[in-house]
Amino acid sequence: MTSSLRFRAAVVSIVLFAAFIGVWHIATRGSGAVAGMSPEYAKLMGVTATQGKSAMPGPLDVGAKLWEHLKRPFYDNGPNDKGLGIQLGYSIARVGLGYLLAVIVAIPLGFLIGMSPLISRALDPFIQVLKPISPLAWMPLALYTIKDSSLSAIFVIFICSVWPMLLNTAFGVASVRKEWINVARTLEVGTLRRAFTVILPAAAPTILTGMRISIGIAWLVIVAAEMLVGGTGIGYFVWNEWNNLSITNVIIAILLIGVVGMLLDQILARFTRMVTFPE
Amino acid sequence: MTERFISVEAIAKRHPGPGGGQIAVFENLWLSMQRGEFACVIGHSGCGKTTILNILAGLDAPSEGAVIVDDQAIEGTSLDRAVIFQSHALLPWRTVLGNVAYAVTSKWRHWDRARVRAHAQRFIDLVGLTGSEHKRPSELSGGMKQRVGIARALSITPKIMLMDEPFSALDALTRGTLQDEVRRICLETGQTVFMITHDVDEAIYLADRIFLMTNGPGAVLAEIVQNPLPKDRIRLDLHRHPHYYAVRNHIVDFLVSRSKSFAAETPGHDPRDVPVVRVGKPELTIASGDEESRQASRPGLSRPSASC
Repeated sequence: MTSSLRFRAAVVSIVLFAAFIGVWHIATRGSGAVAGMSPEYAKLMGVTATQGKSAMPGPLDVGAKLWEHLKRPFYDNGPNDKGLGIQLGYSIARVGLGYLLAVIVAIPLGFLIGMSPLISRALDPFIQVLKPISPLAWMPLALYTIKDSSLSAIFVIFICSVWPMLLNTAFGVASVRKEWINVARTLEVGTLRRAFTVILPAAAPTILTGMRISIGIAWLVIVAAEMLVGGTGIGYFVWNEWNNLSITNVIIAILLIGVVGMLLDQILARFTRMVTFPE
Repeated sequence: MTERFISVEAIAKRHPGPGGGQIAVFENLWLSMQRGEFACVIGHSGCGKTTILNILAGLDAPSEGAVIVDDQAIEGTSLDRAVIFQSHALLPWRTVLGNVAYAVTSKWRHWDRARVRAHAQRFIDLVGLTGSEHKRPSELSGGMKQRVGIARALSITPKIMLMDEPFSALDALTRGTLQDEVRRICLETGQTVFMITHDVDEAIYLADRIFLMTNGPGAVLAEIVQNPLPKDRIRLDLHRHPHYYAVRNHIVDFLVSRSKSFAAETPGHDPRDVPVVRVGKPELTIASGDEESRQASRPGLSRPSASC
């Protein structure tokens, strides 16, 4: 029953995909020669005018271009012409670095907030005010103080991924079942050992959920951040191709951003499953 | 009753009540236990049974008074006092062996893995869970989980076991089996046990003495019932013992009616000198210490007062 459901769902997915590609193809195909014009004028006007081809690339154009990119993902022809693999690599490296810094800060601090009602209340107003700030609003300040656009992008990733992790860690730690704490207490387990052997495993699923939310947000923000700082990265690539009016490349970039985002989410989902315990 | 292994002296527990006042769960409560004794506490919900147990465990501190165990006032929790929780409180991310080994490594920090494992295995075998060492708590039935809880408590070889309604969440059949096991293990190891229960038959089967508590707030330890059944009692012919029903009726009567009216009916109740109820033939009244015997109002019952 399950496998048949999965099979039927896959069939529906394929049908939907085919229908989408079909509609896209029909909507963007050329409508044939529109009007006679002198060959020189036609050359100036391009295929859009002469053959009624849509300015929007069709699925075949995108497919062909994508194949071209996939064949040579790591070429480097100077600052404005790098392979997609390199651009994605820059973005992933920035997200990875900013995210790692956020983990290093958020998890110990979240532990502290979760374990100490005093710290929790003392820090609450700051967190409440800082949390809703759009990460990109920090960009000018970061550029001014750090004076390095690449590091500023990393800082923006840090600041946007720190909050969900911090709040989830604090919540997870604060809501560890009292009876598990009592078990550790009756066994005279010291504070540090208790934190690692009882609180951390008990709060791990909640912490990992926060980390999963964070990686999603970080990947959303990196595109915007790179559009601002420029130079390298998939966000810069999108903006650069928009300036080149290469809609095909923009579509390809959008597709790849989605795929990489999904992969990052799946990795964290797998970690979450690893630490989740059935009760 | 010369030796007082556990001595609870004048403990009180108060919570802040509405309007700034204090609500006392109980005041000036005294009780004592001998080494190797099995005591059950019976009382309605809210009489502070669990609070007393938590104070004995060191998980909670009394508002007043002290608890002395083995000539030392207790301060906080201790590996000498193991708790078996009502909800078993196993760590769900650890296996059966992992849960027991966690307790073992907490007590003996420098033991190597093999030694910890062998020690934990011994107690897993003792509670009859051989073969389930690598299962996680979620794969176990309620009874098996509580067996792990018992193995974990026993594995640290405590001086006292504190049980908070350990079997109340189990079905009748499992409960019976586990009561047998606990009784066997406690007799074999000479364990001192303080247990809370709601089940009168469980108390009569397991306990040497049964503490009866009145309703809270302001609960008092009203009576101590000396179990007349022989130490080598067997579950199957428990009910054939001539004093079984007398004890049972006495406790049930207490729970049904006297637990509410006790304070009003007994103005001169001395919390330091709680009457000991000995069920036996009426002519065989056992007087002790105190000269002033109180009258036995029920057939088959005599209630002389005595210090315990």
